Amino acid sequence: MNPGDTILKIQDLHVEFPINIGTVRAVQGVNLELKKGEVMGLVGESGCGKSTLGFSILRLLRPPGRIAGGSIVYRGQDIVKMGRKDLLALRGSKIAMIFQDPLTSLNPLCSIGEHFVETLTTHERSIGRREALERSGKMLESLGIACDRLREYPHQMSGGMRQRIMIGLALIMNPDLLIADEPTTALDVVVEAQFLDLLGDLKNRFNLTIILITHNLGNVAQLADRITVMYGGAMAEVAPAGSLFDRPLHPYTRGLLASIPNIKLDQPKLMTMPGSPPDLVNPPGGCVFHPRCPLSIDLCPTQRPPVFSLDGHLVSCWLYRDSS
Amino acid sequence: MRNLFRYIISRTLMTIPMVLILLTVIFVVLRLMPGDPVSAMLGGHAPEKVIEQKREQLGLNRPMHIQYADYLWKICHLDLGESMVLQQEVTETITEKLPATIELTFFGMLITLVLGIFLGAYAADKRRTMRDSAIRLYGIVVYCIPVYWLGLMLQLVFGIWLDWLPIAGRTGPRIFPSDFERTGFYLLDTLLMRDWSSFGDVLIHLVLPAFTLGLTLSGIFVRLTRANMLDVLKADYILAAESRGIDHGKVVYGHALKNAFIPILTMMGLQVALLMAGAILTESTFSWPGMGRLLLERIYLRDYPTIQGVIIVFALLVAFISLLVDIIYAVVDPRIRY
Amino acid sequence: MNCSPAHGLTRPIRFFAGMGRKYGVEWWILCTGATVILAIILMAIFSPVIAPFDPYLQDAGPQLAPPGAIHLMGTDNLQRDVWSRIVFGSQTILLISVLAAIISSFFGILLGLISGYAGGVVDRSLSLVMDAVYVFPGLILAIALAAMFGPGVLNITFAVAVIYIPTYFRLVRGQTLAIKQELYVEAARAIGATSFTILSRYIFPNVIATTVVVFTLNVADAIMIEAALTYLGLGLPPSIVDWGMDLAMGKKYLPSGVWWLVTFPGMMISLLALGFTMLGEGLAEILNPRLLER
Repeated sequence: MNPGDTILKIQDLHVEFPINIGTVRAVQGVNLELKKGEVMGLVGESGCGKSTLGFSILRLLRPPGRIAGGSIVYRGQDIVKMGRKDLLALRGSKIAMIFQDPLTSLNPLCSIGEHFVETLTTHERSIGRREALERSGKMLESLGIACDRLREYPHQMSGGMRQRIMIGLALIMNPDLLIADEPTTALDVVVEAQFLDLLGDLKNRFNLTIILITHNLGNVAQLADRITVMYGGAMAEVAPAGSLFDRPLHPYTRGLLASIPNIKLDQPKLMTMPGSPPDLVNPPGGCVFHPRCPLSIDLCPTQRPPVFSLDGHLVSCWLYRDSS
Repeated sequence: MRNLFRYIISRTLMTIPMVLILLTVIFVVLRLMPGDPVSAMLGGHAPEKVIEQKREQLGLNRPMHIQYADYLWKICHLDLGESMVLQQEVTETITEKLPATIELTFFGMLITLVLGIFLGAYAADKRRTMRDSAIRLYGIVVYCIPVYWLGLMLQLVFGIWLDWLPIAGRTGPRIFPSDFERTGFYLLDTLLMRDWSSFGDVLIHLVLPAFTLGLTLSGIFVRLTRANMLDVLKADYILAAESRGIDHGKVVYGHALKNAFIPILTMMGLQVALLMAGAILTESTFSWPGMGRLLLERIYLRDYPTIQGVIIVFALLVAFISLLVDIIYAVVDPRIRY
Repeated sequence: MNCSPAHGLTRPIRFFAGMGRKYGVEWWILCTGATVILAIILMAIFSPVIAPFDPYLQDAGPQLAPPGAIHLMGTDNLQRDVWSRIVFGSQTILLISVLAAIISSFFGILLGLISGYAGGVVDRSLSLVMDAVYVFPGLILAIALAAMFGPGVLNITFAVAVIYIPTYFRLVRGQTLAIKQELYVEAARAIGATSFTILSRYIFPNVIATTVVVFTLNVADAIMIEAALTYLGLGLPPSIVDWGMDLAMGKKYLPSGVWWLVTFPGMMISLLALGFTMLGEGLAEILNPRLLER
């Protein structure tokens, strides 16, 4: 597969969580296309469905959550319709994932080595324990951790070190897609910067395609090639990173960017967005963002906007209905 | 390993105050509570002189602190006094009866753990489904069925109506325990002697009592396991393990259960009390010649030293098991050792 | 004025259905438990009306007659009517178990409040003793106490009450320790509230909610312990009608296939315990979902 080929194609994905008082529609008709070798940033406020989208790619939704419709095609195979065996073979081997909190993402009762050995032997039946440990040791060393720490337990390691171990576990099978779910939220600022550098470095070394899920626009600015902004379970805007920051189209994206403190600008007051995130059990009709949108027009509350293509941006907003 | 060893030593030393307090509580209950053991023993209408004599013989007329010191001193020497009814050392009677109780509780516990932990883990994995509700209902109902009544009902169905299993004792009438008895654990003894017919007989006698005890306690373990599993299944490392392609069953019954087992183990120390209470009642229902039956028999006979001895042994067992639980805890959980 | 009976009924129905939607299964568990308890309480109150025979009457019918039209649950070896004994037996078990739970909650809460609030040596020594009693098998303690006290309704009540004091103590002490650190308690102290005021006005009301759940579950447990003691022949004189004693008596006739003497009293003990457990579980889930998981 050449760089630039489509590796993952999500079409009209719907995810639901049936609960006591109704159904939470966490993801409502998202389309996304990922090219080999790119870093896609997935941003939005908490509860916008960005993590749910990430989890549904590996069908890791917690019950009662389920994929209600759409397709996720990875290299020609639809993950939504995949059998259990194929799915297990895919997870961790072709598509890997790292999580928000490195402190809780390792089983406290298993040594670091056991984590690696388990992962390796799951995907490669023939591999022996010895060889597995050897490969794990090499992986750790390439991440700047001494290989004798394989014998230690998670509680004996620092947060940054555990995060690197998580990465090592994700990359040990040489996957080609990495989904990183808010990987730096639990780290302090210095470690966070180091970690993002490492991620960029690993991307080149392992020839990775990355989906970086975060609410921190600074993180994506540093790493991402393209950025998807999500709001209320739906896609608001997709654009190349630079262009998104320079010329945001969707009113929500603009609000999001305006609420980032910037020391260069002489802002008397930090912008905040009025209103609160939508209720996903009874989402507002039409465009989900319209109750908070300063530019809302009469079409917005009644009809859901389609995706308009404009200057390399894909934007889901009625304001651009004449532009494309 | 050094750390583990050091932990075991310090934990063992910590048992001493607990045992001391338990022994003191027993002393207080049996001597200071209203009601005079001697007059109670002699039926309440004995002449003053006889009562006085008996008190002297038991050392009950000495000052309390001396009695207390004497009581502890004797326990340290494993001397529990002599029965008032039969000319027999209490220690001897107890060593004779203890294996029966341990055999019963061991198998009862085994059934409880297997049933309770499996059902609890399964219910947690299938949370909010009909199967989960059914298992939770089982847990609540079973918890509310008194162990003695369950015993009687099982006797009625399997012993009397179906006539499959014996309902009383440890052996049948044609088996003589003296033929194989060594340790007092009949199942082990018959196995060691390769006395297969006796082994079978001992085994079928154990089935109903062990199941009675095991089923009753399994309710609590279903609930404990389910609750702890629900917590653990929420943990990130479960999701992380699944994201690495590890089979769901392996994640639930391997990773999750291992972690849920730690709090369950801690609770298990507390469930020992229930286990022993259950054992006493089961022994009474199944005429099982163990500690519980001994205690009740001697209460009817008002054999004061034996009653005290049995209760002390129960206290020591409680302390010992909670020590054992904590040691297992340390072996399983690396965080405790360091 | 719209006063039709149908209109009067819709409000409670709507209330029940609304609660059911809000809390799901837990609400129905709670209702089932409450219904069972209520039925047995009514049975205890109206025993003389409900029971067809005098529970002591020795020639109510033939000896060891199986359940039939006249004797719903059969008769025992002394020709007494089992159903009538079940009806009257509800008085004994309800009285003893509820009274025992009240007594132990009173002492347990009091000691827990004092221990948690006072701290220091008082707290440490009380906690040590309570912890030791807590791990010790309650039944054995109750057996010892019942044997020491001799038979009698109050005696067995105390024997059962003693073993639950540590349960309340541990719960209340832990919460007192936590609440003591709260800012509003600090504030009360700063404006000169006495220890008594702080304990009774600030800490006690916060503790009571969880205690209600434990109380209900405690009654369920006390029911089974009471019946266990009387089943073992301890605690009550034979002149009192009691389910546990009837069970022990029925046990003698079990080998000859007399099933009704053990089945019915045992079923009632289970049912009553189940009623209180379900009420407690339901309450726990609704008041504080995490309480029982510890």
